[in-house]
Amino acid sequence: MSGKRTRAPYLMAAPALILFVVFILVPIGYAVWLSLHNMRVRGSGLGIRTEVFVGLENYLEAIQDSALYEAAQRMLAYGLVMVPATMGLALLFALLLDAPRVGGKRASRVTIFLPYAVPGVIASLLWGFIYLPAVSPIGAAFEAIGLDAPDFFGDVSIFFSVANIAVWGSVGFNMVVLYTQLRAIPKELYEAARLDGASEWRIALGVKVPLLRPALTMTSVFTLIGMLQVFSEPATLRPMTNTITQDWVPLMRIYQQAFIDNDIYLGAASSVLLAGATVLLSLGALGVFRARSTRSGR
Amino acid sequence: MRRRTFLASTAATLFLAGCGAEDSGEPAAQSSPISGDENAAATLTFWAWAENIQRVVDLWNEKNPTQKVTLSGQAASDELIAKFLTAVKAGNAPDVLQVEYQSLPTLITNNALQDLTSAVAPVKSAFADGTWNLTSFGGATYAVPQDVGPMMLFYREDLFEKMGLEVPATWEEFGKLAETVRQKDPKRYLTTFSPGDAGWVAGFAQQAGANWWTNQDGAWQVSIDDPATKKVLSFWGELVKSGAVLGDPMYTPQWNSQMNDGTIIAWPSAVWGSGILAGVAPSSKGKWKMAPLPQWNAGEQLTGFWGGSSTAVAASSKQKAQAAKFARWMNTDPEALKVLIEIGLYPSATAGQTALDTAPEYMTSQPDYYESAAKIAAGARGFSSWGPNTNVTYGQFEDQLPTAVKNKADLAAVATQVQQASVADLKKQGYQVAG
Repeated sequence: MSGKRTRAPYLMAAPALILFVVFILVPIGYAVWLSLHNMRVRGSGLGIRTEVFVGLENYLEAIQDSALYEAAQRMLAYGLVMVPATMGLALLFALLLDAPRVGGKRASRVTIFLPYAVPGVIASLLWGFIYLPAVSPIGAAFEAIGLDAPDFFGDVSIFFSVANIAVWGSVGFNMVVLYTQLRAIPKELYEAARLDGASEWRIALGVKVPLLRPALTMTSVFTLIGMLQVFSEPATLRPMTNTITQDWVPLMRIYQQAFIDNDIYLGAASSVLLAGATVLLSLGALGVFRARSTRSGR
Repeated sequence: MRRRTFLASTAATLFLAGCGAEDSGEPAAQSSPISGDENAAATLTFWAWAENIQRVVDLWNEKNPTQKVTLSGQAASDELIAKFLTAVKAGNAPDVLQVEYQSLPTLITNNALQDLTSAVAPVKSAFADGTWNLTSFGGATYAVPQDVGPMMLFYREDLFEKMGLEVPATWEEFGKLAETVRQKDPKRYLTTFSPGDAGWVAGFAQQAGANWWTNQDGAWQVSIDDPATKKVLSFWGELVKSGAVLGDPMYTPQWNSQMNDGTIIAWPSAVWGSGILAGVAPSSKGKWKMAPLPQWNAGEQLTGFWGGSSTAVAASSKQKAQAAKFARWMNTDPEALKVLIEIGLYPSATAGQTALDTAPEYMTSQPDYYESAAKIAAGARGFSSWGPNTNVTYGQFEDQLPTAVKNKADLAAVATQVQQASVADLKKQGYQVAG
């Protein structure tokens, strides 16, 4: 009887646990294992490749890889545009949707959320079409009024062009998370604030934003992780422009190592490093947010 | 195949190979000659992606009722390589498969292909030497060439006439023509130099006489930074720098539109290029014509290869003799060649090339399309071998050339960098490198 009772929770958790082990833990373990091995050729001519243990050799190479650092710099430049724009717009739209006397809420919500349903690759192809000068409707519009068409693939503008696709795709999701949390805030608080003579603007900044903090923390961390994992937008745009290199951001560099240079082992080592950086950054961000909320809580 | 070749993910392959390679002690006897009766009854599986290739298989099955071939339309080109290597490890690989030429080394070094030297020796004379070399490595032949892409120049005949332009016979004339086009009509360009297509650059280098990889006594000689390659890259680099040609990538929506509306009026491509044109420039049907690629020295008749594929036999096949017979038949038998042509391939076999008589539907202005193509193909030369890390070399070119073009930098310097990276990678993997 008692045995059955203790077994039940494990049975319930088993499906999730099994999926977690099979699709998360095992692949991570395999990546770590790969990162400690590499192929070496035996025989002359084309030879035959065999897998050998190489210790930390791949990690040494990955750490010394200047292309990876340059990729990280470009990723940060992209993040400087993407993270504030995504969070700012998501918060703005959520607050606007939550404000009283705003019409067309349902339609706006769906419209803003819709791009999230478009896969990143498709979105990038669509935007690429809009960016390419000879077929760009924006370029055509500029030329129609006698201006030079903007160069979306310039050295600086490229960061905005890539970030724009990510922002377009992710604002809706973040907005819905924030909006849902806003709806959960008791209305009495607003009434109290209104009685005290606060304007809607004041309520938004003084009441809503502080109470949104948990949701803001979560969406910010997600957006930061999204920045670290940026891949499909620049990778899809790459064939269309000479400005984006094969190693433009860290994940593209890792892809290049693993699937273009045939060195899955070095790619695995770089991936493990990137994963480590992601964990550190996420913990750091959480730490910052927590410190802030404790301080303001006092 | 009549499509550009992508090298991008030959790499997935190694990863997959790696999964099971742990306990592989000595390399299997891959170079052992094929034993067994090639006329014995068999059931073969064949992986390929060429459209309508089923028709060739049907013809075979009709004629060889005891040796049945089943076609499995798997993923195309690179993905097929990855799938094939996984299947080899899983023990359910097909007997026969379609492989792009530059992917052969990856499969050979992973011990996945059967050495076909003795089995296909009888049909060697059916191919031009340059073509045969595409599937031979270190004196051994691993596949039967199926289709090739000798390079040619496509141009808008109507616009050339309207603008009073002559078809360039040499690259020098080509360069001058590019400037003339800009002067006569600032809206138009002769062509674009697409820096992200290493296979295309390799074809130009082949024409100029480059030989990127040679293997002597087991050691690799790599000469990607040879004078021929540098000459080719400098030539295009100057044209891009002066603005005489565009430096934008091919195969983008923008390129499609420019090819269609006459912004770009010439395209150095390969014999399958007419098929691409039919797709991207449907409204200029009948206006494009094909000529030999311009020459480095007046009077020569040389060209390089871009794209193409071969038929190989899996090392794991239990019916290798019969599989080799099928691969041989498909690419040399007159009836099989006829079907290959009908489904739109440009056969590697000389007999197949001369059998082509009806021009592609898109090239209505050039009824002798294939006749000219066969003449051009006779002067096509490839490298004497593909390198064991062709994927790395291609990846390096496709990474560095676009940046160099964007910065209007010296393109010949890219050859030096690619050379260094390719050699370093070979050494790292454990290959012997000469020089």
